[in-house]
Amino acid sequence: MDRTPVIAGVGLSDYPKAPDLDGVQHHALAMQRALADCGLPKAEIDGYINAGGSGGMMVDDAVTMAEYLRIDHRYIDSTMTGGSSFEFHVQHGAAAIRDGACDTILVTYGSDQLSRMGRMLGTGGFQRPGSHVAGPVQYEVPYGNSLVGAYAMAARRHMHEFGTTSEQLAEIAVGVREFAALNPHAMYRDPITVDDVVSSRMIADPLHKLDCCAITDGGGAFVMTTAERARDLAQSPVYVLGAAGAQTHWNISQMPDFTTTAGAKSGPEAFARAGLTPDDVDMVMFYDSFTITVLLLLEGMGFCKRGEGGPFVDEGHLKRGGKLPLNTDGGGLSSSHPGMRGIFLIIEAVRQLRGQAGEAQVPDCNVALAAGSGGWLSAIGTAILGKEHP
Amino acid sequence: MSAQVVTGQEWARPKPAKDPVSRVYWEAAGRGELLIQHCPACGNRQWYPRAVCTLCGGDPEWEQASGRGTVYTFTIIRQNYAKPFRDELPYVVAMVELEEGPMMMGNVTDVDVDDVHIGMPVEVYMIEAEAGLGVPFWRPAAG
Repeated sequence: MDRTPVIAGVGLSDYPKAPDLDGVQHHALAMQRALADCGLPKAEIDGYINAGGSGGMMVDDAVTMAEYLRIDHRYIDSTMTGGSSFEFHVQHGAAAIRDGACDTILVTYGSDQLSRMGRMLGTGGFQRPGSHVAGPVQYEVPYGNSLVGAYAMAARRHMHEFGTTSEQLAEIAVGVREFAALNPHAMYRDPITVDDVVSSRMIADPLHKLDCCAITDGGGAFVMTTAERARDLAQSPVYVLGAAGAQTHWNISQMPDFTTTAGAKSGPEAFARAGLTPDDVDMVMFYDSFTITVLLLLEGMGFCKRGEGGPFVDEGHLKRGGKLPLNTDGGGLSSSHPGMRGIFLIIEAVRQLRGQAGEAQVPDCNVALAAGSGGWLSAIGTAILGKEHP
Repeated sequence: MSAQVVTGQEWARPKPAKDPVSRVYWEAAGRGELLIQHCPACGNRQWYPRAVCTLCGGDPEWEQASGRGTVYTFTIIRQNYAKPFRDELPYVVAMVELEEGPMMMGNVTDVDVDDVHIGMPVEVYMIEAEAGLGVPFWRPAAG
């Protein structure tokens, strides 16, 4: 039996705004659409992966959701590495399928973050004034850093070491917005220029408003199974060629080197497992919580040398028509970012490899790479997916 | 060698919840001492304090730091809706590289935010957040 792991079905819930859905409903709707996409009967699912962690009033942890969706699993994984969880899920799910721990895995995610919390998330603060804070964050919270500020410190250091400019970071946001214009669901679709980005309000120096991702609702699901089982399903399978994950820290103050992420480990390892090099990749889905996130992933994965991300961006490779189109769904920067965007990276990569990306389709797309960043540039998961059986 | 401890200032920011390890750190800061940890087995120095050495897994010991360092990187926070920080904008959050090696997070104060730069020499001072509990802050080094 051919147990090569594949992604057989994908589904998105409603985004960017779905005020009538709570997070649990996003999980459910995405599951329904992923099953409908590939024609798999729900009863066949015998593995379930869910990071949970969407917070608020909803309870969406793995065991609760396994009950709610009634997944009678014999394999469960609740790995939670923040936004990159789903790239880690591909790594774990592929191993479980190859090993025979289960045959068909459902991965779900859902968040009603925009409708529930509004847009203050990135700079809204989580602590009540005068409250006591436990755990490692007690060494950070008294200083009033924001989520944006954490990434800003990485950007500042990159600029200092390598001469990277705000304009180079802005180019990333401009290119992703071009793709968002092609996605009718994207949160922001009007074209922007480098000047728009660098003249937008400064949130945390040196990151401007348009260096930051959108805050949206949304959910997603995908189905993993064996190449054997996928033969009878409705969609062409997408093969997991190589996947890997690594972590350097969790809280930003513990980042060992502010210009190197764990992607410098998980990227090369995923390539080694796939037997491929960056030159083999036709398009990338990079976690774009902030423009600097993209730059650091680009370097970590080996698409350019450390410190050379700025000039690489300047050359236009990441744009529509470039040699390495980035975030063809409009990314977190312009389309959707419900808190943990990593599942959207996998889903869009699958659509590209199937040739279903519409106007945003990358010609001759055979290999796609998804790299998720979770926490504060902390846990980086890399999944390399392909159209051809390895 | 003790750093200045600013007392009598209203503290509306979140406070650390002292655990068995962190209690030592925060109470020392309340006396004007900046503590880091040193591992006698492997020589590693670390911040924040923990029950184990992050390098070899051994038992770290407390060590008083000089309270001098340089700015490794920083950001100027210009938007933060959380109280009380929203009333203090703009302010600098920095990673300070201590003379002893470890990096720690802090605010750089007593300077125009636009004059803060990477490599800037800074020295520690403490603000008393509640009786016997100090929080380290940074200002440009004298001289």
